[in-house]
Amino acid sequence: MKYLASLLALFALTPAHAGSVLIRNATVHTMSAAGTLEGADILITDGRISGVGRGLQAPADAEVIDAQSHPVTPGLFGGLTHLGLEEIGLEPTVDDYEIKLGTMRPEFDVSTAFDPASAVVAVGRNGGVTFAALSPSSEEGTDKSAGGTIIAGQGSIVALDGGSATYSRALFLDFGGDANGLAGGSRAAQFMLLKQAFTEVRSPKALLPDDQRLLTPAGREALREFIGGTGIFVFDVDRASDILQVLSLAQKERVRIAISGGAEAWRVAPQLAAAKVPVILDALEDLPGSFDAVGATLENAARLNRAGVRVAFTLDTPDPHNIRKLRQTAGVAVAHGLPWVAGLAGLTSVPAEIFGVADRFGTIERGRLADLVLWSGDPLDVTSLPDRVFIAGKLQPDRSRQTELRDRYLERVRNGMAR
Amino acid sequence: MHRLAYAFLSATVVAGCASTSPAKSTSGADRAASIAVSANPYPSTYHPRQVPPTLIRGATVLTGTGERLDNADVLIVDGHIQAVGRGLEAPANTQVIDGHDRWVTPGLIDVHSHLGVYPSPGVRGNSDGNEATGPVTANVWAEHSVWPEDPGFTTARIGGVTAMQILPGSANLIGGRSVVLKNVPAVTYQGMKFPGAPQGLKMACGENPKRVYGSDKKFPQTRMGNVAGYRAQWIEAQEYMRDQAEYERKVAAGDKDPKPVKRDLRLDTLAGALRGDILVHQHCYRADEMATVIDMSKEFGYHVAAFHHASEAYKISNLLAENHVCGAMWADWWGFKMESYDGIPENIALVDAAPGGCAIVHSDSEEGIQRLNQEAGKAMTAGNRAGLTIKPEHAIMWITANPAKSLGILDQTGTLEPGKMADVVVWTHDPFSVYALTDVVFVDGVVQYDREHPGAPVSDFLLGQPAAAGVVP
Repeated sequence: MKYLASLLALFALTPAHAGSVLIRNATVHTMSAAGTLEGADILITDGRISGVGRGLQAPADAEVIDAQSHPVTPGLFGGLTHLGLEEIGLEPTVDDYEIKLGTMRPEFDVSTAFDPASAVVAVGRNGGVTFAALSPSSEEGTDKSAGGTIIAGQGSIVALDGGSATYSRALFLDFGGDANGLAGGSRAAQFMLLKQAFTEVRSPKALLPDDQRLLTPAGREALREFIGGTGIFVFDVDRASDILQVLSLAQKERVRIAISGGAEAWRVAPQLAAAKVPVILDALEDLPGSFDAVGATLENAARLNRAGVRVAFTLDTPDPHNIRKLRQTAGVAVAHGLPWVAGLAGLTSVPAEIFGVADRFGTIERGRLADLVLWSGDPLDVTSLPDRVFIAGKLQPDRSRQTELRDRYLERVRNGMAR
Repeated sequence: MHRLAYAFLSATVVAGCASTSPAKSTSGADRAASIAVSANPYPSTYHPRQVPPTLIRGATVLTGTGERLDNADVLIVDGHIQAVGRGLEAPANTQVIDGHDRWVTPGLIDVHSHLGVYPSPGVRGNSDGNEATGPVTANVWAEHSVWPEDPGFTTARIGGVTAMQILPGSANLIGGRSVVLKNVPAVTYQGMKFPGAPQGLKMACGENPKRVYGSDKKFPQTRMGNVAGYRAQWIEAQEYMRDQAEYERKVAAGDKDPKPVKRDLRLDTLAGALRGDILVHQHCYRADEMATVIDMSKEFGYHVAAFHHASEAYKISNLLAENHVCGAMWADWWGFKMESYDGIPENIALVDAAPGGCAIVHSDSEEGIQRLNQEAGKAMTAGNRAGLTIKPEHAIMWITANPAKSLGILDQTGTLEPGKMADVVVWTHDPFSVYALTDVVFVDGVVQYDREHPGAPVSDFLLGQPAAAGVVP
């Protein structure tokens, strides 16, 4: 009996077979050139979108879902996050998002620590999140132990499908006042050290003696790959003047970058637009939490968008447990002037473009793997929830550790036995 | 009323305020031994401005009592709610606000905020929330740390928050006294202090005190250490109260040389909590720990007003309701430490669902306090999806009447009932939508935020900062 129960549980957790699915009569936000289609159908065949439009014919064996005009969006982005790298906060045995050797290690890639079976993954997926950017963090050292450096390390894009495949890479760097402890106490030293690292890669003949080098041979190779275009450099930086310095450095070194955080990015929006540098921001950041963010405002996203800067969303903390909240932050940005479609784009197509995975994530287009969410209402509103989540055409179970807890105790509360 | 003479106090302690008015003494013999102790030494200086009456006409009104009134009016006179209903007559010189397509609610109340004690900017010089120098600091008062220039007060006000409890942090088993503030601009915290609101006592369960002290091989290092730590304090407080009573008995009996009890700020606070003058608010995540604390409150004869954070409150929602303890919770935070691993989005709705349940949405965050309405919207939506039936007119109580109840101020604010303080918010949309903004925020009938006329930055900190030019106040 016990065996049967666990077998059933296993079934419940296994995604449904990828046959044909026809979603009828949806408001489809394709986030592609096709725009938003009212009363449209989406046909999924063998995991891929085989048709989007009105009056599609369903194969005989297709499962048909009536969307009742509700919205369908691409699966959402979960931001820059420790997903699968931090099961619980404050517990070193399940926190794998940082390297604290006190030396600069761009070869450190958190992707190898990603646990697709983390209970946190299903919670995000139930919230409509289907892809995310694994991102490492840096932490200052203490008297007792070494810390990280301004190069936090590499991360990659993952799908929240229970698999561990990674898509594209990015190198994460931490700049600004809160990174002073990672670079000898000054933001000037942050630029100095990064320039030295670039020099070690670009001018091997000019290499300093071993004990004065920042990078290991593996680190030089890793940084060389990124300079060569393997992935984007993501600079976590808030202050307007620091952003300008980062733009200048990127231009000089001819590397592709994105700004994350960017509390004061709106103040240098024209320069960001001219450099075609996107910003991955926390749309809720409106307080001068530090002197780097004196210009923080809820209109940051709207002002950047108006200036022609591409905006994607992330939470201010990489804590992965509440990445489902990201769509609320986009909704707040919309409430403060960002066009609604740009709000949804910041959760779908824009982050997919930034990380070079737009052929896999972020749009609903014929031929693409079907990562879709059918919503009970406006996907940016807090009173809406996902009704169905598909990844690569597979209907995802709407179960998680949280739904198990809910169902166990809901019954007890109803019976007056929650004590 | 501002000043009481406690005959039991020692002559060796000089109360800071003894010079402002004479002590009330009963006899010559007593006079030598007694020192006046103010019951309210840092009194509120907040007095709302006198303004003409306001009538909000034709709005959707969530009263905070569980009712929804469509196309209704709200009349504010002399800083109080005069009437709520249809077709109200406006007195002469009334300012009329068109409430068509607008929603009106009571001002929102946050029972868990560290605004002012952990203000923005979060620099070292501003870090005033945890007196983490010992696990019991019942002697400290959060109000003595509050920086009224925290720009977070303004953003919270724009979010519709008209009152909040400012608490010490949770590093300590017993962290100190809280203060309830009206969310009005002021140079001093006394200018914000909610007149007549009781103070609270911040206590903390679980991991935080263990981590802060135990990791340094100090007491407490375990949850059993935590409980032993609280109990020892309550025992001392009981002895203090007994000694005071004994002293008073001797004075009353004409004892020529009664030995006074030495005044102790820590024990004053704990005794206040045992007497019920100070309301106990305990940070506690796990169900088992909350049950232990409820037993402990019975052991020592006090009442817990609310468990804060309470990630597992849903596991014991009947127990909480039967003991008249509120749960103050987040809509969706979880997993940021082991004791929050079992947090679920239905927590608030399940605490609410128990007969007599008292659910509160709290923030513990300078971000979350700006959108308590959205947090409640998420909790309501999660509850409805789980099969409960929660309407907006009910959910609004989680951020208005219920927090007011746990703070002991429900007789003054928290609903739109006639006679209450006119702490009122006019919203552009259904307040549970992410798109809802506040149009007008009234505190005691005075407009403290008007979206049409936001004015200059309220916080001195933002004045003259080039980077802040163009930032909403």
